[in-house]
Amino acid sequence: MLSTYGYPKFPYLQTEEQRTGVVRRHPVVVVGAGPVGLTAALDLARQGVPAVVLDEDDTVSVGSRAVCYAKRALEVWDRLGCARRMIDKGVVWNVGRVFHRNDQVYQFDLLPEPDHKIPAFINLQQYYLEEHLVAEARKTGLVDLRWKSRVVSLDQRDGHATLGVETPDGVHTLEADWVIACDGARSPLRKMLGLEFVGQVFQDRFLIADVVMKADFPAERWFWFDAPFHPGQSALLHRQADNVWRIDFQLGRDADPEEAKKPENVVPRLKAMLGADTAFELEWVSVYTFQCRRLERFRHGRVLFAGDSAHQVSPFGARGANSGVPDADNLVWKLKLVMDGVAPDRLLDSYSEERVAAARENLLNSTRSTDFITPKSAVSRLFRDAVLDLAGEHPFARSLVNSGRLSTPTTYAGSALNTPDTGSFAGRMVPGAPATDAPVEENGQPGWLMDRLGGRFVALYHAGADPVPAETAARLDALARGRIPFAWFAVTDRRREARPNELVDVNGRFRERYDATPGSLYLIRPDQHVAGRWRHVDAAALAEALNRAIGR
Amino acid sequence: MPTLATENRLPSPDDFYEALIDTHRDLTAEQSGMVNAKLILLLANHIGDMDVLREALSHARKGV
Ligand SMILES: Cc1cc2nc3c(=O)[nH]c(=O)nc-3n(C[C@H](O)[C@H](O)[C@H](O)COP(=O)(O)OP(=O)(O)OC[C@H]3O[C@@H](n4cnc5c(N)ncnc54)[C@H](O)[C@@H]3O)c2cc1C
Repeated sequence: MLSTYGYPKFPYLQTEEQRTGVVRRHPVVVVGAGPVGLTAALDLARQGVPAVVLDEDDTVSVGSRAVCYAKRALEVWDRLGCARRMIDKGVVWNVGRVFHRNDQVYQFDLLPEPDHKIPAFINLQQYYLEEHLVAEARKTGLVDLRWKSRVVSLDQRDGHATLGVETPDGVHTLEADWVIACDGARSPLRKMLGLEFVGQVFQDRFLIADVVMKADFPAERWFWFDAPFHPGQSALLHRQADNVWRIDFQLGRDADPEEAKKPENVVPRLKAMLGADTAFELEWVSVYTFQCRRLERFRHGRVLFAGDSAHQVSPFGARGANSGVPDADNLVWKLKLVMDGVAPDRLLDSYSEERVAAARENLLNSTRSTDFITPKSAVSRLFRDAVLDLAGEHPFARSLVNSGRLSTPTTYAGSALNTPDTGSFAGRMVPGAPATDAPVEENGQPGWLMDRLGGRFVALYHAGADPVPAETAARLDALARGRIPFAWFAVTDRRREARPNELVDVNGRFRERYDATPGSLYLIRPDQHVAGRWRHVDAAALAEALNRAIGR
Repeated sequence: MPTLATENRLPSPDDFYEALIDTHRDLTAEQSGMVNAKLILLLANHIGDMDVLREALSHARKGV
């Protein structure tokens, strides 16, 4: 039991299907109530789709797991209406420091750019995150959370999936049009479909300890190579909510996990790090090894894999939940359009294509970090140490120091859903990029651009200093009522008589970040990624881009 | 695309060679290994061109 947290126990309730023995067909069954499954269910609910969520357990994530959540995952949760609580409960941080022995070799600031609603990173214990998501999912009235419900079989035929579910009352059967498999790194569903999960397994063991203490360390990420208090090995310090600090110690390959976990071995290590006079209480200890691997494809018929079941990364860089949440973000709007018959089935293949590309990027980064932190040969260790030696004095070597490249969102650069540029644009808002934020004023109220994007297609027309030409407004209005509905906003340079769909670019950030000129038009997908952009409104081009973005 | 220069560019090759060997004087094999590693990193950054570096890496590996 933790001194700062009591695990909720969610009730197992017998369902009507179990009582009557009548097999029901559900539109979507989500397997796994971890961060990714809960995000998917909540997103489905926001789209008006009821979801059954099955989890074999009846509580949240136990012990110390994910800590750091990046801006993009928080933006997804913000779109779903629940980031505020997480940010308020969590610890916001921007600065990271890297030490080699006693010296600081490197320092970074994650969000040097002002004018974003969401911070670069927060730290929050995974159990709080999941508790918030469960509470939010319940509020929707559309998410049917079923605890103590373990999926034991999965079969696909005749355009649906059949799941065998084991509960305290025995095994019963459910049918689903679609299954989202969020059953974690050991994914039983992956095994039921006989899918290979290939990649690299790292030998080094890591000890993870949560301690409660009132200490003066700032809310920053501190990483040591060859830590003075832990010679030859790395260590990481992070502050979480409730004065709980998370400490990771590299143990090497030969460590005995059971021995390492014993308090008589953990406490001296912590004392050496925190100082003999620092009072602390040990909350949690565990020992991990790490893997970097993925499924070749994330879609298998009516079963869609998301999160750790689809890809597993080492934690350096915090790319686990931070890449699983965007899986859900990418998938749900597509599933909804396919379910509604608006988009063709192949739109779901683009889920796999786009998120496999993201997983590749994340795996590449996390494998490289792991290789730097735990060199696997004498020469690899030699170069690593040489880099650290040089880094104190020579700036170039600091760029080689890799203590984890922290999670950044993926730009779906090669996606078939993108409409390639015809006009020329500068900056980062290329087709496939996640939209970036800007402060905007709407009806005289200050707000954020990101709050207007997401959940549906959105077109942003940059009007500049002039009013929107009536003809342009009429064309956009007509198109917006078409087969693929979208909302459109006029982004203007100055306040005028407010129109309901007008966003005032109060300090020019929109213009700057989107390289917008009067007449520029952006089409943003329901997951807030850029689908296409033009220098002038062309209704035919916009209609074509909409079709392309849904796989037509 | 720039390529790796393999014709001589050193005004005085013997001076360079002597300086290189001198740098390692009185070092253990292990210490020399560290000096070489740092040297490679410093020079690689100075070159700063990934194509040239890849070429050098592959030449260095040849025949080993
Ligand atoms: C030490 C450590 C540190 C980490 N740090 C970070 C970090 O800082 N930032 C970050 O983003 N990520 C981090 N991660 C990764 C993060 O914890 C995972 O990526 C995340 O939990 C994945 O979420 P998920 O929903 O895909 O799977 P999980 O959280 O594993 O959830 C899977 C769920 O499926 C359920 N389940 C399994 N089998 C069945 C079945 N047959 N039937 C029904 N239910 C089933 C389980 O009960 C579980 O609730 C860290 C991981 C570790 C181990």
